[in-house]
Amino acid sequence: MIKTDILIIGAGPTGLFTVFEAGLLKLKCHLIDALPKPGGQCSEIYPKKPIYDIPAYPEILAGDLTKKLLEQSKQFEPGFTLGERAETIEKQGNGSFIVTTNKGTKHQAPVVAIAGGLGSFEPRKPVLKNISNFEDKGVAYMIKDPEVYRNKRVVIAGGGDSALDWSIFLSDVASEVTLIHRRNEFRGALDSVEKVQDLKNKGKINLITPAEVTALFGHNKLESIEVTKTGGIPQRIDTDAFIPLFGLSPKLGPIANWGLEIEKNAIKVNNALDYQTNIPGIFAIGDVNTYPGKLKLILCGFHEATLMCQAAYKIINPGKRLVLKYTTVSGVDGFDGSRKEAPKSVVKSID
Amino acid sequence: MSSDINIKITDRLGVTHTIEAPTDMALNLMEVVRMYELAPEGTIGVCGGMAMCASCQCYVQSTHELPEKSDDEEAMLSEAFHVKSNSRLGCQIQMIPEMEGLEVELAPEA
Repeated sequence: MIKTDILIIGAGPTGLFTVFEAGLLKLKCHLIDALPKPGGQCSEIYPKKPIYDIPAYPEILAGDLTKKLLEQSKQFEPGFTLGERAETIEKQGNGSFIVTTNKGTKHQAPVVAIAGGLGSFEPRKPVLKNISNFEDKGVAYMIKDPEVYRNKRVVIAGGGDSALDWSIFLSDVASEVTLIHRRNEFRGALDSVEKVQDLKNKGKINLITPAEVTALFGHNKLESIEVTKTGGIPQRIDTDAFIPLFGLSPKLGPIANWGLEIEKNAIKVNNALDYQTNIPGIFAIGDVNTYPGKLKLILCGFHEATLMCQAAYKIINPGKRLVLKYTTVSGVDGFDGSRKEAPKSVVKSID
Repeated sequence: MSSDINIKITDRLGVTHTIEAPTDMALNLMEVVRMYELAPEGTIGVCGGMAMCASCQCYVQSTHELPEKSDDEEAMLSEAFHVKSNSRLGCQIQMIPEMEGLEVELAPEA
């Protein structure tokens, strides 16, 4: 069981900044995110795109914002459960919550802050009528352990970085790799595209473009797929695995069943006070919440996180008074023993 | 207002809405759909309008001359589902006077 003060669901910009604000109040944080790395949408959708409305940054790339936020909160030693989706929440007799992920990891905290953005990122599944019958029986939407494909025949579909990178990687592991994409052009890092071209020339990757997988066949498991070239006739390919890699899209997911008041795919909160939901002890901050006048902006998430931490402090330290301290005056004491403070001004007399 | 144009948007339930879209606010079609709440929040414009998701895919039913697809839009549509020959990303269609009478249908959520 992982125990912490504030359990944050979602490691996007709002969740990461919460770690800093909580740290100033001596509260420890742990973050859960379905993605394998922190940053949320900033890492997954647009890491190389600029943002222009972060105060004091005339321009910053989304990926760099994530890096800076991680650096800012590092001294408060946040814990991370990455690549796992928060699935269930149970309230305990002592008022704390236990949140369990889809992989069974349990977390306990007196305060839960949902900073889930648009939800957890789930793979986009192609529209093939019997595809769900073959899930985990040859069809997989993400590759967790490439060794599973050793000496197997693999068909990958998609045109982005993950389709290219996995085709390259598996060409050394699998007995046969076929890459299928709807266009001749691929959208990926230039060296990945060139590597695939090279492997295709060497006969290590069987490239079929422009084409689409149009049917799946098999009895108890996937045995073959049908691929149709644009304007061509369908062709069967025997295979052990089909891996469609069409990116991820966010879904509110299991959080929707936690008994929270939901409106417009977002969690209703009390914005007059502290961004608490209808369940005391559970807060929602950033893009995942809604209230009159809500704006889904990173900078609004930062503000919401800051006020939420004040309320969390009162729950965790009942009866204690809290007075606002400025970092410039008090400095920042990390949980790792580090201390940041303003340099003392030198006083020297003039003769 | 004189700078408004009339467009027809068929939502994902098949209901056609005739709406007025301002042309002086640098809006795109995806934003108009959100402005009029013709699709639930969170199911359209997920990436904010960068042609990096396909949640605003629509089928253009009128014969308007649209701007050519950018490489980003072309690439995104090549990975999207339910794509037809008249598919476009709503976020890439600007609301300008030339779009008067535009008719589109929102593609299914995927």
